[in-house]
Amino acid sequence: MDRLINQIVKRTLWFMAFGIVVISSAVRAELVVEVTKGSDEAQSIAVVPFSWSGPGRLSTDIARVVSADLHRSGQFKPIARDKMLSRPSTQDQVFFRDWRVLGTEFVVIGRVEKSAKGVYQVEFELLDVLQGKVVKRGSAAGKKLRAMSHYISDVVYEYLTGIKGAFSTHLVYVTMEWQKDNKQLFKLHHTDADGFNDVVIFTDAEPILSPSWAPNGRDITYVSFEGTRPGIYIQNTLTGKRQKITGFPGLNSAPSFSPDSRKLAMVLSKDGNPEIYTMDLSSGRLTRLTRYYGIDTEPSWSPDGQSIIFTSNRGGSPQIYRVQLASLKVERLTFEGNYNARPSITPDGRFLVMVHRRDGVFNIAVQDLVRGSFDVLTETTLDESPSVAPNGVMVIYATQRQGKGVLEAVSMDKRVKVRLPSSKGHVREPAWSPFLY
Amino acid sequence: MAIFNRNHLLALIAAAAISGCTTVPDNTGNEQPADNTVSESTGASSGVASGIDDDSMTVSSETVGNGSSVGVDVALSITTVYFDFDKANIRPDAYAALKAHAAYLSTNAGAKLRLDGHADERGTREYNLALGERRAKAAASYLAANGATRSQLEVVSYGEERPAAMGASENSWAANRRVELKYTAVAP
Repeated sequence: MDRLINQIVKRTLWFMAFGIVVISSAVRAELVVEVTKGSDEAQSIAVVPFSWSGPGRLSTDIARVVSADLHRSGQFKPIARDKMLSRPSTQDQVFFRDWRVLGTEFVVIGRVEKSAKGVYQVEFELLDVLQGKVVKRGSAAGKKLRAMSHYISDVVYEYLTGIKGAFSTHLVYVTMEWQKDNKQLFKLHHTDADGFNDVVIFTDAEPILSPSWAPNGRDITYVSFEGTRPGIYIQNTLTGKRQKITGFPGLNSAPSFSPDSRKLAMVLSKDGNPEIYTMDLSSGRLTRLTRYYGIDTEPSWSPDGQSIIFTSNRGGSPQIYRVQLASLKVERLTFEGNYNARPSITPDGRFLVMVHRRDGVFNIAVQDLVRGSFDVLTETTLDESPSVAPNGVMVIYATQRQGKGVLEAVSMDKRVKVRLPSSKGHVREPAWSPFLY
Repeated sequence: MAIFNRNHLLALIAAAAISGCTTVPDNTGNEQPADNTVSESTGASSGVASGIDDDSMTVSSETVGNGSSVGVDVALSITTVYFDFDKANIRPDAYAALKAHAAYLSTNAGAKLRLDGHADERGTREYNLALGERRAKAAASYLAANGATRSQLEVVSYGEERPAAMGASENSWAANRRVELKYTAVAP
């Protein structure tokens, strides 16, 4: 009960920050998303409460979810509901003058109905105030109002920015809590990208790390020390079904699905030291890609599936290399500073995102693979585990605040910063899902 | 109070490193101090610390369980060795302890040791897993070079996942860059 009250209080405070108070159903959110720095060029938008033809109130306020999504992107300034001069839900109810007065550039309106079978039908329009007309309309049908709300956010975001929205995506992350007897408890969480619908999908006293997604957006792979030795697992996030993939002597580390889902890149030290392998998932056959007596680790696929980038200390300090799968030819990609690790390539293939050390401090950095420019995105001291959103706009990563592991996100252009405080333990190892549709 | 000869004391100290320690008094307490065990122990003493002269002594099991106040075979009671930042080479301050464990393993073929490698929190988790393994392997190689058999040794790396000390300070980091020696089986 205390927990429930905490949740309600926390969420109420959160919504008050928007100038809105709501007491709502028990949709759980361990993570709360706060924008700490929005874009200077954020667009003004009004998401008007959707009309509802049924009895009572809906369990989800669609307009509020859409508004929060757009706010969270840092690229929009949603107008507070109590400032709205009118609350149209159909096109003929819209008086553009009401919105011009407020300096609103865009307005979202919509309507919700429920069919006899319990399916919600939502219709919505995006209006351009300056042009005085509807510029986009759409509809959604389903039982999950939050998911439908995120879909609306995706449509609006894509129309206004030209970039596919990632509001419907999911996250997995790991928490570690110290128990009374100085033992640890690790939990693998699955959540919507806005922190709601947080579900613990695996719990163990032994470490859990390196979660990452399959291209289907349902399966994840990770390392668990279940039974006190590391193994690589694949788990279906919907059914919870788990399968152990490897349990070789030594390291079983850093699994990563190939873009065609057929293979898993991984690190094994069964042959003496950490080397990069791929495993064909249908046959279980292993292919060794590297041969070096030091450390090769953290493999990640290029979007075209033709090469794998990884971290190696073969040059004397950890740097990022690329191996071509066809030729096994290896080239070094990073030369900035003496510690670059945990690489990943953005979905467009353009940027290399990594953990970079300078002056003894670890930050998230990005290297333009075309122009060669190098940019540090973060400012804290122990930043790690960067994971890029499928639309390439934001990077979520783990850091520490007041000795506690927390998640934060930053836009690739550094204009937007988001913090995701959690009520639970040390938060780490975020992994952003692919697009789900 | 129980009386053990020196060989059993060594076994107890070593066994105290096993996680939980609860089964140790039973296992060893049931053993009969056979004469041949004593002679084995004497043979091993060359590689062990030199301060032991008596073949038997009196200890309480609680003291042994703590592994701290025995004050007889300090080197063998050390079950954690430490490393420099981003390094996996064995430091000179770990030689004596590792040599003592190597000698114990050499004379007790049934003993098995698990070496858990650890890293401090700086750097990426996967890289630190690799680093922890290198440390544990360096310790295992040192043991093997000093008389232990490879089949007695198992290496597991926890990277930065199991810190011994919390906090982002030099002291905590130094305490976390370590290899822990844990006996999973002692001599029968």
